[in-house]
Amino acid sequence: MKGLRNFVSKMKPTFSPGGKLSWLHSTFDAFETFLFVPNTTTAKGSHIRDAIDLKRTMSVVIMALMPALLFGMFNIGYQNSLALGLERTLLENWWYGFVEMLPLIIVSYGVGLGIEFIFAQIRHHEVNEGFLVSGMLIPLIMPIDVPLWMVAVATAFAVIIGKEVFGGTGMNIFNPALLARAFIFFAYPKAISGNTIWVSGLGAAEQTGTVVDGFSGATPLSIAPELMGEGVNTIDWSSMPVWDWFVGLIPGSIGETSVIAILLGAIILIFTRVASFKIMFATFAGGYLMGLLFNLIGANIYMEMPAYYHLLLGGFAFGAVFMATDPVTGSQTSKGKWIYGFIIGALAVAIRVLNPGYPEGMMLAILFMNAMVPLIDHYVVAGNIKARMKRSKVK
Amino acid sequence: MSGKKNKDIFLAPFSKDNPVIVQILGICSALAVTAKLEPAFVMALSVIAVTTLANFVISLLRNTIPPRIRIIVQLVVVAALVILVDQVLKAFVYDVSKQLSVFVGLIITNCIIMGRLEAFAMGNKPFPSVLDGLGSGIGYGLILIIVGFFRELLGSGTLWGFQIIPQSWYAANGGFYENNGLMILPPMALIVFGIIIWVHRSRNKELQEK
Repeated sequence: MKGLRNFVSKMKPTFSPGGKLSWLHSTFDAFETFLFVPNTTTAKGSHIRDAIDLKRTMSVVIMALMPALLFGMFNIGYQNSLALGLERTLLENWWYGFVEMLPLIIVSYGVGLGIEFIFAQIRHHEVNEGFLVSGMLIPLIMPIDVPLWMVAVATAFAVIIGKEVFGGTGMNIFNPALLARAFIFFAYPKAISGNTIWVSGLGAAEQTGTVVDGFSGATPLSIAPELMGEGVNTIDWSSMPVWDWFVGLIPGSIGETSVIAILLGAIILIFTRVASFKIMFATFAGGYLMGLLFNLIGANIYMEMPAYYHLLLGGFAFGAVFMATDPVTGSQTSKGKWIYGFIIGALAVAIRVLNPGYPEGMMLAILFMNAMVPLIDHYVVAGNIKARMKRSKVK
Repeated sequence: MSGKKNKDIFLAPFSKDNPVIVQILGICSALAVTAKLEPAFVMALSVIAVTTLANFVISLLRNTIPPRIRIIVQLVVVAALVILVDQVLKAFVYDVSKQLSVFVGLIITNCIIMGRLEAFAMGNKPFPSVLDGLGSGIGYGLILIIVGFFRELLGSGTLWGFQIIPQSWYAANGGFYENNGLMILPPMALIVFGIIIWVHRSRNKELQEK
């Protein structure tokens, strides 16, 4: 460790102002602070000092994502062995998933961090840690068989148009990871919807005819729309493998299937207070109540689906825990967090049920509410001011 | 094109005073017609024709128009010209005219034209007015063609209807490529405009707001 410190210290003058490679200053700075805790502190003014900084916050989120990531890797292999009728042990399944997943992660980080570094050089500011989490979220919300170049294009779009245009980390209006997914969803809809893309290797296997009979690869979210398309009017929802949905042994985007793994992450986030409990709870409540409302209406079989199914399926849990709670794009005020979360949940379920063409209502709901956050916060703050003015009886 | 002043009048709308990316006018039609290069080009020509002729006519009439009804007079002139242009398009490029649909008619309400009439033609002689109208029209057209170029190339893989991206690249033919469907949608036109404005302002620092 000491040798590394000496080496970094020796390199420092080269990158400092006046040095040979001073234009790469922020790149050097990024690596130095990545390796060692910075020894600079704020010099003047009053500041609240805390052990946590942006880097620690990001690391906590990465840690919270680990259960979903590890389970997602296992599920890639598990679904693949189901589809092709292979006998594999747990570890072999996981290893298969790891190998399939790794390129996605590398592409996401490579492209995203590359752009962040370039912008930091051009704008002469430090490289932000903001992309650490986005870079992990992007592969987790992709289907496993999505072409890598699309991930690269979408990541570049999300980082440049979603973040750097607004001034970089902390300035963005929309969640960059969701923006990447929305980009692929609208630009290359074939790559991110349908029944074959959620299971690794299913598209290729269907062409060669090696798929096990009866394996469809459809996500549970498409059960009701497909049946409705065939004109079926009755369905026994109680016979569904709800436990599998909860554990996550279903096809879907990599990180979103397992509610258990996501809840583990949620506990870490709530315990360390990195993410807002209010937003998570309000989102689940909103989704559940909206589901109940549809149960009351009950106009078709999708509306009759038990309300809590919505919370288990698709990206709902993942979005509620990791996406809606993004401290930059989420609501900042306490009351606003309840409103923001509640409407996300309600909108997500409404989009799913009312427009089966957009099964991933969660993504659209969060992006829409991201845009509404300034409005919500403005009125919450205005309401607080009004209430206080009344209380203090200022003429 | 005599004199430095006239040259400035003609050239300013190309970059420093571009109606679309500096004054942010005429965005509506620009979003609607730029999904393909050909309609964008035809639209650009139509607007150039209308701005130039409208500026010329209004400049000739500028001393006889009563100020209180000037907007109505301007509208009548522009509307007459637009109908002429529409008829010409229908006669010679019927397909494109179909694609442009209402947007040719909507040239009447194009802010660039009204803006140039109000700001320039009402107070200047015919020749500078013609130059101003021509310049503004070309400035608008340039941006339209740039946006149309990128949207058609990336969104449809074609340019002016000709296939540019090799067919063998497409996923359907065993390749890897797919057209970017978002490019066809109007939101992406807005983003492409944004990128052009971004690049333009980074190159012309004096345009940046503080």
